[in-house]
Amino acid sequence: MYSVLKGASYILAHTPDMVIHNGTTQTTQRTIDPDSEYLKNLDKSLRSYDECKAYLPNQTYIGNITPDELAGYAQPWYQQKSDYIQREGRFGEIMPEDEFIGLIAICDVFDLVKLESQFAVSVKKKLESHSLIDPKFLSVFDKNFELSEINGFIADEHAEPLYYGGMIVGCIKAAHDIDHSLSAHVIFENLVSKASCVLSLLHLIDKNHIGKEDIEYVIECSEEACGDMNQRGGGNFAKAAAEIAGLVNATGSDIRGFCAGPTHALIHAAAMVKAGTFKHVIVAAGGSTAKLGMNGKDHVGKGIPILEDCVAGFAILVSANDGVSPEINTDIVGRHTVGTGSSPQNVISSLTASALEKAGLKLTDIDKYTVEMQNPDITKPAGAGNVPEANYKMIGALAAMRIEIEKSQLADFVSEHGMVGWAPTQGHIPSGVPYLGFARQELMDKKINRVMVIGKGSLFLGRMTNLFDGVSFVLQQNSGAGQEETVSEDKIRKLIAASLKDFAKHLQEDEG
Amino acid sequence: MAEQYGPENIIVILGAAEGEAAGLAAETVTAGDPTFAGPLAGVQLGLKVYHACEPEIKDEVDSAVYDEQISMMEMVLDVDDIRKEMSTIRDEYCKF
Amino acid sequence: MLKDKKAIIIGDRDGIPGPAIEQCVKTAGAEVVFSSTECFV
Repeated sequence: MYSVLKGASYILAHTPDMVIHNGTTQTTQRTIDPDSEYLKNLDKSLRSYDECKAYLPNQTYIGNITPDELAGYAQPWYQQKSDYIQREGRFGEIMPEDEFIGLIAICDVFDLVKLESQFAVSVKKKLESHSLIDPKFLSVFDKNFELSEINGFIADEHAEPLYYGGMIVGCIKAAHDIDHSLSAHVIFENLVSKASCVLSLLHLIDKNHIGKEDIEYVIECSEEACGDMNQRGGGNFAKAAAEIAGLVNATGSDIRGFCAGPTHALIHAAAMVKAGTFKHVIVAAGGSTAKLGMNGKDHVGKGIPILEDCVAGFAILVSANDGVSPEINTDIVGRHTVGTGSSPQNVISSLTASALEKAGLKLTDIDKYTVEMQNPDITKPAGAGNVPEANYKMIGALAAMRIEIEKSQLADFVSEHGMVGWAPTQGHIPSGVPYLGFARQELMDKKINRVMVIGKGSLFLGRMTNLFDGVSFVLQQNSGAGQEETVSEDKIRKLIAASLKDFAKHLQEDEG
Repeated sequence: MAEQYGPENIIVILGAAEGEAAGLAAETVTAGDPTFAGPLAGVQLGLKVYHACEPEIKDEVDSAVYDEQISMMEMVLDVDDIRKEMSTIRDEYCKF
Repeated sequence: MLKDKKAIIIGDRDGIPGPAIEQCVKTAGAEVVFSSTECFV
């Protein structure tokens, strides 16, 4: 019996100060031209927390607006006024930067995060009223520092400053004097990733009526690496995040595959659950500081606010078949293999048509494709075009080449089987997974029959191979075979009874 | 690289997803980096530059290979827009 | 135009990737001296 998609959570943390100080576009610019106009005027292009909350794609990400509703608003969306301004959403929340810094401090178990006294007091007060933060963690805010001490750590010990509202409110120290893998910069990135992963886990548990103790395994699939100089990517973000989230019965591991990571991880999770190894597996990832403001130069140059101002996270619960939730059909899995090559038609064909054909399905049999769901507000001004739309056009073009549709129906195919993109450009975050929360609902409401989840990854960025990568699978309505446990118990009893009867009959016949 | 091979012997071929990005990349290799930040800042190379979807390239490439590698993207990309941007840049800056 | 030329290829992951362009220009007699694939996302 297939495993099921039991729940999904999505969170954002609004981090404008990290855009300035930690996004690689900005840090690189600071290295080559610290006096550039771009850096000088950057803060004028940053959005306030309220503006960030009211941004329609962000409200879609946390579940308050559906993709269909978002598509009803004219683009660009940053120019649209919105009635949706809530912090809380059906799938998660949009956390302000000060609280997120507080969460980073909570996630630090090696005493590397140092917060300034006044800031620590105010953050403690705010997090006290956060329903998902265990009060036992709040004592970290009682041990804090004067600004002069923090400035000392930054000046003398290469600590990375933590800013809020343009002011230094703390710092993150290096975990080793010499080891680059434990530098303040790496620890900063890793704690941000961990904290956003933890928040996603907390929302997933909160919103899906499952006990923390029921989770047996967590797979983390971000694009960061944690370890020391002897094992730079040793891991294990999954277990580290599970610890803070209180998943006491879970172990876990990290899976990497650039932006394709989440889809790889979901296939692993689905297989583990289908095999009966575990009943509840979470696939989760936090976000990336490096990608904050990645296309900022293009945005500022065109008079657009910096739209890449949020660290994102998500968590997906894969569970044993409950008879209701959508099934993860692991018999329809697309793979970009070593031999596939890099021509766009081979890539998209390996991920869609080839897998579907084996199952006797056509491209048009999939109601919705969830691809790289990047928000076009961000990518279009940066010259990357409308990424999800380009993906849908490729699938449509493939359908036309395979004569499943007429070439003239390409635009219809894109609008029928596609969606607008709403996810922040945080690499693995937009890749297939942002739609899973909505997909679960739409499949359970029987509005659609099948969804194909596609993850693609640019492996060549790591300079170990020139290859591209991708995997895909199909999500389908539950066949309604009922709960695995009750069915099997009942069935087993009947089977035993039947075979005993049979056996008795044989005995009688033999004797007779 | 332009120095090593002689700029007249070099052709730059782009695969950008849309016209403006193609134009920007083309401008960088012909007129220098318009954002004044990249490695080619301030250097006016005037190199010959085309997008992989332009007919000048397509006509010289083995058609079977082109079909396999690129043809589907002709349906996806706005080739007319890309071509327009590219020829504008070429007319203005290309020296070869 | 491509024959015996040194080709510099700047591909795009959301457009045409570098290796796909490489395969094409080689058939026209160009020598690929540099090839990369950009990623904006």
